[in-house]
Amino acid sequence: MTVEGPNGHPLLEVKRLKKNFPIRKGFMRREVGAVRAVDDVSFHIDRGETLSLVGESGCGKTTTARCILRAIDPTDGQILFRPTEDTVFDVAQSTRRELRRLRRDMQMIFQDPFSSLNPRFPLLEIVGEPLLVNGMRSGRERQERVEELLRLVGMRPEYMRRFPHAFSGGQRQRIGIARALALNPRLVVADEPVSALDVSVQAQILNLLLELQQKLGLTYLFVAHDLSVVKHLSDRVAVMYVGRLVEMTDRERLFNSPRHPYTEALLSSVPEPDPRRRSQRIVLEGEVANPAAPPSGCYFHPRCRYAQDVCRTDTPVWEEVAEGHWVACHRGKELELAGVRDRLPMNTAAGNSTNPATNVTPAA
Amino acid sequence: MAEDHTTRTIESTVAVGGAREEERISVATQWQLTWWRFRKHKVANIAAIVLITYYVVVLFADFFAYADPNLPAAKRGLLPPQPIHLFDDDGWNPHVLAFEGSRDPETFERVYEILGDQPISVQFFAQGLEYEILGIIPWDRHLIGVSDDAGGALAQEHVSLLGTDIQGRDMWSRIVFATRISMTIGLIAVAISQILGIVIGGVSGYFGGLIDTVIQRIIEIVRSIPQIPLLMGIAAAVPKDWSIEQIYFAITILLALILWTELARVVRGRFLSLREEDFVMAAELAGASRMRIILRHMVPSFLSHIIAATTLAIPTIIISETSLSFLGLGLRPPAISWGVLLQQAQNIQTLALSPWLLLPALPVIVAILAFNFLGDGLRDAADPYGT
Amino acid sequence: MATLAAGKRRPLLRVHNLKTYFFPDEGTVRAVDGASFEVCAGQTLGIVGESGCGKSVTARSILRIVEHPGEIVEGEIRYLHRTDGREVELDLAQVSADGREMRQIRGGEIAMIFQEPMTSFSPVHPIGSQIVEAIRLHSPLGKREARERAADLLRQVGISRAEARLNEYAYQLSGGLRQRAMIAMALSAEPRVLIADEPTTALDVTTQAQILDLLRQLQTDLGMAIILITHNLGVVAEMCDNVVVMYLGRVVEEGSVDAIFHNPKHPYTRLLLQSIPSLYSEARVPLPTISGAIPHPYNRPEGCPFHDRCPQFIPGTCDRHVPELQALDERESDQLVSCFLYHEPTDERA
Repeated sequence: MTVEGPNGHPLLEVKRLKKNFPIRKGFMRREVGAVRAVDDVSFHIDRGETLSLVGESGCGKTTTARCILRAIDPTDGQILFRPTEDTVFDVAQSTRRELRRLRRDMQMIFQDPFSSLNPRFPLLEIVGEPLLVNGMRSGRERQERVEELLRLVGMRPEYMRRFPHAFSGGQRQRIGIARALALNPRLVVADEPVSALDVSVQAQILNLLLELQQKLGLTYLFVAHDLSVVKHLSDRVAVMYVGRLVEMTDRERLFNSPRHPYTEALLSSVPEPDPRRRSQRIVLEGEVANPAAPPSGCYFHPRCRYAQDVCRTDTPVWEEVAEGHWVACHRGKELELAGVRDRLPMNTAAGNSTNPATNVTPAA
Repeated sequence: MAEDHTTRTIESTVAVGGAREEERISVATQWQLTWWRFRKHKVANIAAIVLITYYVVVLFADFFAYADPNLPAAKRGLLPPQPIHLFDDDGWNPHVLAFEGSRDPETFERVYEILGDQPISVQFFAQGLEYEILGIIPWDRHLIGVSDDAGGALAQEHVSLLGTDIQGRDMWSRIVFATRISMTIGLIAVAISQILGIVIGGVSGYFGGLIDTVIQRIIEIVRSIPQIPLLMGIAAAVPKDWSIEQIYFAITILLALILWTELARVVRGRFLSLREEDFVMAAELAGASRMRIILRHMVPSFLSHIIAATTLAIPTIIISETSLSFLGLGLRPPAISWGVLLQQAQNIQTLALSPWLLLPALPVIVAILAFNFLGDGLRDAADPYGT
Repeated sequence: MATLAAGKRRPLLRVHNLKTYFFPDEGTVRAVDGASFEVCAGQTLGIVGESGCGKSVTARSILRIVEHPGEIVEGEIRYLHRTDGREVELDLAQVSADGREMRQIRGGEIAMIFQEPMTSFSPVHPIGSQIVEAIRLHSPLGKREARERAADLLRQVGISRAEARLNEYAYQLSGGLRQRAMIAMALSAEPRVLIADEPTTALDVTTQAQILDLLRQLQTDLGMAIILITHNLGVVAEMCDNVVVMYLGRVVEEGSVDAIFHNPKHPYTRLLLQSIPSLYSEARVPLPTISGAIPHPYNRPEGCPFHDRCPQFIPGTCDRHVPELQALDERESDQLVSCFLYHEPTDERA
């Protein structure tokens, strides 16, 4: 597997992506306006890395992911995909036929392990479907490949005659992963792959995703809202708010020295599973802006505690404030914001900074 | 969390046994699971048996009836139901008692006097009128009739299990033949309406957009037309000189044209929700063609719903036919349907003097209930999550 | 520690050996199988566990709103009922579910808020009239006073333009506002115990932070006891004084929040804590996991319900005997654990 550093061409480049959903009204459902679900979003993903898209519900992260896979058609913008170093496709402009070929190289893992598997198909057909429709006609060949895939995701191959209803949520998610890997994709888009799972099962799936990435040299676009999970899985993180990217940089910088006030608030909202780390939160006032009628200027300004006049009138520019650190904020360069290490203690709890879980000594 | 609920519902349909049982459940198809769930639904199972009985009667009506349903007998008008006596003085000897009719000189009513000393033996599989089973095999045995020893006496002249109507026609036999028409008119009309519903609903749901909008508006308009006046209008337009078959056919089409909207909406709804299902998107992302997605993923997913919806639509049609005929707008004598029979029981005199003419209401009620219970059972079995 | 002092107070609610079983046609589901805990005024008790652990059924049992075919088969729910200015201890497990006392307590002295407030509000009435109705159910206020009180309540839970909001319908509010309105309605009868069943699970983190802040502040102001039911260990760590950890209907461990998070004893608690990624833990390394999946409620393992996933499983003991919830040692009764690593089997045969 060739894993290129940031110097080579990125596997995926999204340029000024836009997606509007029409608002329809009346007897014949005339279009009266549009929700700007994805509004001028640009980023890239290098080969072999994990980029996470985070944000709150309705921020457009899932829509962005679906546009990239062309599960929905983007309104505007480019999605440049390079399955190999010297081929490049604009997914946004591809024809149906081109797409069918491209999709071998980009696959998806779904959030809901129940609705993502057809209950009427046995595993063999679920995992084998991508193989079948992409020309692997021989049943025996398919069966062998499905066996291999099931083993890869930690499932027993004997199970392939079983139907999804025989499996737990975690096992189903493994099946969904096996299906996504059937065609040896380069890019895997994982849309909240663990948020529907029980806490004790989440770790199994996170480990599997990491392991598969190392083994197969996969590139992940990881869409999630749980920041602890995002922190665990990502190389780089992009934060979205009301259809726009507000900040993007590598994991450590984003979590330890964020440059956008929204990122700061988001980080401070995460409850930490350690009572000794109870901290003073930045509690955002008000509600997430309505993407059908967003506020003027910076969409975040009504809730931002650092907002100035310029934020109310001008849309901030998406710019690189430091090497590999992109921010859309008028004060992105000057503000000193708190990361997770700078959390303020809430009460007198002892500030021992080791993780409680690693701190335990197993009983005899 | 959702996971728990779903697995529980599915597995709870089959009591959990050992490893072999687990394997059996694990490899069970959705159809098998549906069948297992259906089997646990007792009322629906009984309803299914009742309906099978109905259709056996429909197929072999000639066998179950013992009299010509259209043969009038002036001397036997409004004969009350005739009980079967199982024993006589010598022991086991099922028989009915002969009677003699006369006219009351004051009221001009027909009165019947039972002649206790003239027993007529009856038996199962008795020889009687000749007919052809399913129109092919000639036979002359009937479910019930006058004993073969009685020297060739015809049941229709001596037996009237459920009485006779004003023209002396045997009610039992008339109900049996009415069942044939009433139970099949439902089937054919439902078949036509379901085909219309699936095709139009499918087109609407799959293509969406303008086509969908137009179809939905049409459905709303069709549904907003009051049914009875519409039916009355069209029925009035049916030429008087049409044969029974033509009228039967016309009524069927008419009912189908009104009923398709219901299923079209259901199918459209299923299509719309299935289009959003993750597994459909997964198939699309895997590169599956549209045809494959529709035929392999979407249609099987709502086939069971269609079966249930169909079962629930049949009673509506039966009721419609019965009401139409009752109002004199549907089938007309000499055709026999439940509605036609009930039409004869319309006046107060009947209720007071010949209540047995109301008996045809009973098979209507039982059939409707059975269809509804069966449909409910099928729907629950097909879709335990209530989506 | 605050929890120790609180332990000396007379608890408002004491649940002892509560068992709530469901009897569907297919067999018995022991949804709650011996839960014991207590909660004092001004304290927050967390009940944590994964799906099927019985945490929600426990809450529903306290309010006596367990749906058919479930019923409380054993145990006590001792509650200090306030009536005619006196406090009477009442066993909620014994009183009639539809009786006068229970109706007074439910929604009055003990209120509950749910994960999805959308389903808790009627879609056809404005939220205001629903809150007014709730107020008048438990107090003699007239219509106008009740409406003023409803507006006060909305303001208290941080809803701006309270008067206008009273006329809005549930679907017109965002998730966070709906949850606030739900809390306002729960507060209408000045409850002494508030049961919050996954109150923030459907919400985004920033909204979750708002709601948790609100709950904490209301507790300080009103001094009510809170029972917080959640699967989110972060929320528990931030909010609770004491924690009950449940697994497949049984309490596996119980103690102060500090003990549970920093000195967990039961292997399940320990593994659960280790397996969740944290903002402070090392990224992109394999996490410790709990093997297998939560068993199906019909396929509950014999003996200790966790034994088939437990790395410290003792053959012959854990699969044969059911562990009891016991104090870790005699001197310190604060932490209770139900595991044979800490005590010998007491029963003959499970």
